[in-house]
Amino acid sequence: MSALLEVSGVSVTFDGFRAINNLSFNIAAQELRAIIGPNGAGKTTFMDIVTGKTRPDEGSVTFGERSVSLLSLSEAQIARAGVGRKFQRPTVFEDQSVFDNLMMALKKPRGPLAVLMFRASKGDARKVRDLAEEVGLGDQLERKSGELSHGQKQWLEIGMLLAQEPRLLLVDEPAAGMTLAEREHTTALLVEMAKTRAVVVVEHDMDFVRRLDCKVTVLHEGSVLAEGTLDHVTKNPSVIEVYLGRG
Amino acid sequence: MTQGFLAKNPSVLIFLAALALFTLAVTLLSHAYGVSFLSTSFVKTLGKTLCLCLIALAMDLVWGYAGILSLGHFAFFGLGGYMIGMWLMYARTEEIVVQALSGAPLPPTPEEIVSGIGTQIFGVVGGSEIPWVWSFAHSLPLQLMLVVLVPGLLALAFGWLAFRSRVTGVYLSILTQAMTLALALYLFQNDSGLRGNNGLSGLQNMPGQGAVTQDQLSVWFLWASALALGLGYLLCAWVVSGKFGSVIRAIRDDEQRVRFLGYSVESYKLAVFTLTAIIAAIAGALYYPQAGIINPAELAPIASIYLAVWVAIGGRGRLYGAVIGAAFVSLLSSWFTGGRAPSINLGFYTVNWVDWWLILLGLAFVLVTLFAPQGIGGLFDLWQGAKHPKRRGAPLGPDDGSFQEKEAVE
Repeated sequence: MSALLEVSGVSVTFDGFRAINNLSFNIAAQELRAIIGPNGAGKTTFMDIVTGKTRPDEGSVTFGERSVSLLSLSEAQIARAGVGRKFQRPTVFEDQSVFDNLMMALKKPRGPLAVLMFRASKGDARKVRDLAEEVGLGDQLERKSGELSHGQKQWLEIGMLLAQEPRLLLVDEPAAGMTLAEREHTTALLVEMAKTRAVVVVEHDMDFVRRLDCKVTVLHEGSVLAEGTLDHVTKNPSVIEVYLGRG
Repeated sequence: MTQGFLAKNPSVLIFLAALALFTLAVTLLSHAYGVSFLSTSFVKTLGKTLCLCLIALAMDLVWGYAGILSLGHFAFFGLGGYMIGMWLMYARTEEIVVQALSGAPLPPTPEEIVSGIGTQIFGVVGGSEIPWVWSFAHSLPLQLMLVVLVPGLLALAFGWLAFRSRVTGVYLSILTQAMTLALALYLFQNDSGLRGNNGLSGLQNMPGQGAVTQDQLSVWFLWASALALGLGYLLCAWVVSGKFGSVIRAIRDDEQRVRFLGYSVESYKLAVFTLTAIIAAIAGALYYPQAGIINPAELAPIASIYLAVWVAIGGRGRLYGAVIGAAFVSLLSSWFTGGRAPSINLGFYTVNWVDWWLILLGLAFVLVTLFAPQGIGGLFDLWQGAKHPKRRGAPLGPDDGSFQEKEAVE
């Protein structure tokens, strides 16, 4: 199985602090992967590097069959290449309706002129409705997304990611601040999505990771500490030490 | 498609109808075509106000919708005025020179005419050579092209440099102020070729239309300004109605998120900045023939700040709000500063409105920003029974230009 995303030897330093230290790992084209690690382990920085927000000092990040380097692309180009990102805090466009949010995310030409001339066809509208159905917002299309509950905003954001049709999805703490029922819905959504694409979930919450039932990568001080099933890594003595402290 | 667009945006039709009614009413009350109720100078003031409404539309598009607080759009307005002013002045002077030389025994050569024009126009700055920037001034079509091209290219170059370096928020505002100040200072120089601080004058005279009185001309320009405002309104409403409008409002509230959706934020900002600069330039090209004179003081940084104040008071993020704000505040301003507002005698102090108007305006701006962020446009929501969300009044996005919840309508 060839890798979709290949991160090798990446390091990044902020004002002398090594946030990522010689990090290397691969993600396959259809895979659900959880990344865990204590605060400051470099989880968010890793996402920033893959999506183009932060440039690493050294190393390489390649994507897709033709191994395109992501390091020379802008954020928008990376997104168009097929990398979607979901932020920890739900970030939807609150002043606009659920429908408009999804329509903006729908995979279509992104240039200013094409967008200016764009008028949604019946097929586009149907796609948006189907997506809204899929994430459980079918009856909320006309509402402004700012009025949605926290959990609904998270789903809307997931719906927007689906609309982008990314090949790799980076999800930052999807379960934060969710009720139990919302968590179960979210887990089901993520597992379903990973059947057709790569999904990387960065998470703090061990219960949630257990529910995902997938390969886990443990980060610590900017590099990979352990990799395997959740049971496997939680038995790893160095992981236990990192999580329970050195006391 | 157009039908669907107007059906979905009823406010556009209402606005166009109101504008047509207004134009008809002014025409019927004018000196030239009606009952002589309105003085010609007031018709000119109304025509100029329509041009200010047009640049306010541009400001609303760039600030209210795209979140770019440009404090330099009056530079484009002024440049548009200069470009049309060059033709007006050149062609008018040519007429005068030809007439003056026609009494001579020999018909004048083209060189004599050109040197006569040069002396006439540039004598005031101690020159008689026609500078190269006037190369196209003899031709109306060429100079009309420059009305669009010069401000458009300046906006394109400035925007490209600023947006590419991801300058945002207050830093961008300061940069645009610097741009308009630099341009004004450049034009103040006598050797800039545009007559320094004298500016261009006599623009109210239409070359080749000597038989047309100012009474008629003022109404003609009112019609042209109303037409431009109507078309500008249609264009802006069309631009913001579709997905493009969605994307620029999204950029206003959270541009980083828009990048992760795959949109190149910089090219959108550049497109909006340049388009609005061109609208501003067209507004200026219609304004200054009615004003009669343009000089570099018109490009002063404060003018562009007023523009932001008009849009804020009218209600940003809605096109008719910008128009109402510009019309209301600029007419009120000319009433107060024209000395027509009665002074208030407090016994110990006389409130002279010419001095106090700016303070009143500043106070109104602060109060509107604090207590009625929807501006005058918010009155329409009240009337329609639309509710404003009252959750926290927090910004709807992390960016500096983002909408506040208090500005949004549910």
